[in-house]
Amino acid sequence: MTIRELSDVKFGFTVIFTPLGFGLALVASLVIPTPDAVINDTAYQVILAGLMLLYLATGALAWFRPNRREQFAKCAPFRFVMGLVLLAWDLLGTKYGALPMPFFPGPSKITWVFVEERAFLFTNMLYSLRLYFCGFVSGVVAGVGTGIIIGWFRPANYWIMPALKMTGVIPAVAWMPFALTVFPTSFMAGCFLVSMCAWFPIGFQTARGMQTTQKVYFEVAQTIGGGRLYALFHVALPNALPSIFTGISTANGLAFTTLVMTEMMGARGGLGYYINWAKAWSSYYKVYAAIIIMAVLFSLIMKIISVIQARALVWQKGLTSNVEERG
Amino acid sequence: MSKNVVEVVGVCRTYKSARGEEVHALENVSLTVSEGEFVSIIGSSGCGKTTLLRLVAGLDKPQSGTCSLNGAPIVAPSPKSGYVFQQQSLFPWLTVEGNIASGLKARGVYKQYKDEVPKYISLVGLDGFEHSYPHQISGGMAQRAAIARSLINRPSVLLLDEPMGALDSFTRAGLQDKLLEIWRANGTTMILVTHDIDEAIYLSDKIVIMTPRPGKVSEVLEVKFPHPRHRGGAEFLGLRRVILEKLNLASAQPQPEYRI
Ligand SMILES: Nc1ncnc2c1ncn2[C@@H]1O[C@H](COP(=O)(O)OP(=O)(O)O)[C@@H](O)[C@H]1O
Ligand SMILES: [Mg+2]
Repeated sequence: MTIRELSDVKFGFTVIFTPLGFGLALVASLVIPTPDAVINDTAYQVILAGLMLLYLATGALAWFRPNRREQFAKCAPFRFVMGLVLLAWDLLGTKYGALPMPFFPGPSKITWVFVEERAFLFTNMLYSLRLYFCGFVSGVVAGVGTGIIIGWFRPANYWIMPALKMTGVIPAVAWMPFALTVFPTSFMAGCFLVSMCAWFPIGFQTARGMQTTQKVYFEVAQTIGGGRLYALFHVALPNALPSIFTGISTANGLAFTTLVMTEMMGARGGLGYYINWAKAWSSYYKVYAAIIIMAVLFSLIMKIISVIQARALVWQKGLTSNVEERG
Repeated sequence: MSKNVVEVVGVCRTYKSARGEEVHALENVSLTVSEGEFVSIIGSSGCGKTTLLRLVAGLDKPQSGTCSLNGAPIVAPSPKSGYVFQQQSLFPWLTVEGNIASGLKARGVYKQYKDEVPKYISLVGLDGFEHSYPHQISGGMAQRAAIARSLINRPSVLLLDEPMGALDSFTRAGLQDKLLEIWRANGTTMILVTHDIDEAIYLSDKIVIMTPRPGKVSEVLEVKFPHPRHRGGAEFLGLRRVILEKLNLASAQPQPEYRI
């Protein structure tokens, strides 16, 4: 038996092992009767089946691409245990009613909200996304713009930097009372707050990144015939790029918090608003549903940002392998 | 007699040290370099070699005396005098190709001359590394790319500040030959700062010996024998002994440190 065959056998085992936890949870949900007639298990069961299919498919894909096998095998125990956790939660929450209600509903009840209230949830999700994009994008633009001004003009650094540092430590939501009275709509107020919380870290990091540019790069720019604008846009700004992304990551976390808080406090729509509304009806299972959507949504946004970052910073040390000297 | 490209006349440059004392980095220094000449400046650390080169590049200004390039006074850095820095100076966010092209882009003439970029990549022997980033290539390759970035602007003079200081001796010998090859191919006037006596003899037409505190030119030697110069040859070793003696005699310090 060759090593290749052995690793096929081992890998085949992980392909079966990975979805096994979800499989057990699915079987339990199908076989054991649910005492509460109001609860619909279908959505939960479809999700479990979907997860099983997803992991079987990625496993099959990895079968033909051996470089993906290791990663897949590494995740196998976690995915298996995730299935077991769902199984335990379903048994305790849905099947035997062992958890205190209404605060700890079973997974069936929560996932059914995605079907039952899909239209309303979807609208609120779009509200949140709209607020996030308007707020965050304007925050990034304002932050990078302010950062460039501070990082490039000495007087601006002297006068604005301390103000930026001082206001930067204040959580943006503290301005909410003013935002709500100054802006005509709650959407605009929210947009302002999200943008403001992103503005400070990004502005600060942009300025700092530009100011830490080594002098030799500016001198190179001069000796190859570049002017002030060349030094700004082709030396200081690219030099600040890693720092700008640090600012964007920090700002992103703050933006999620600010977003949900503004939605909970003044808005007429959005996932934060949905949570408040569900709480008013003591529908805690709906609160969980909204939280799950947030988790998925925000993770996706973070993933997108990190992909952009990896693309923009390929030139940084440590991200790619070294090349040997030739000749 | 060919025309003078660089003329430095009676230049003084003093710096204030951190303790407030005056450091005479250069005192009454004069130097002329004619077209197509390869001049080396040699001397111990701190004798003002970098200061002199920065004055010629327009990166610094003298307190008295004049510097001129092609007969015009030097007031600011310009692509007419290419400068290769002592430390790694490639833009880390650009590939080798991007760095070499930046010479043209900074002047806003990239569209016109972009065919030149591959030629200069080949000239410095970096074919196949166009798309590598500076951190992916060796120090010797990075200096060759920096040389190409300056040369692509067709400077009247190329100023090199210890470009091989941080390289191991094999890479250094390779780069020295490359430099000679470029010099012959392009006929560019070169001023090379070094603290390596062999390097100076191997490459130059003229060797300027500098001494510290205050920084002065103590001697200018012509190197007459033809290329390729054999590092073990009698003429080579003879000149080497002469320079060593001059440096010892000229130095104020009893035990100066020369890395050879
Ligand atoms: N920007 C500066 N500020 C203060 N002192 C300087 C500065 N640049 C150079 N010096 C001093 O001038 C002298 C000559 O320096 P430099 O030209 O760098 O010497 P070299 O390149 O020959 O080693 C040194 O004593 C150094 O400390
Ligand atoms: Mg020096």
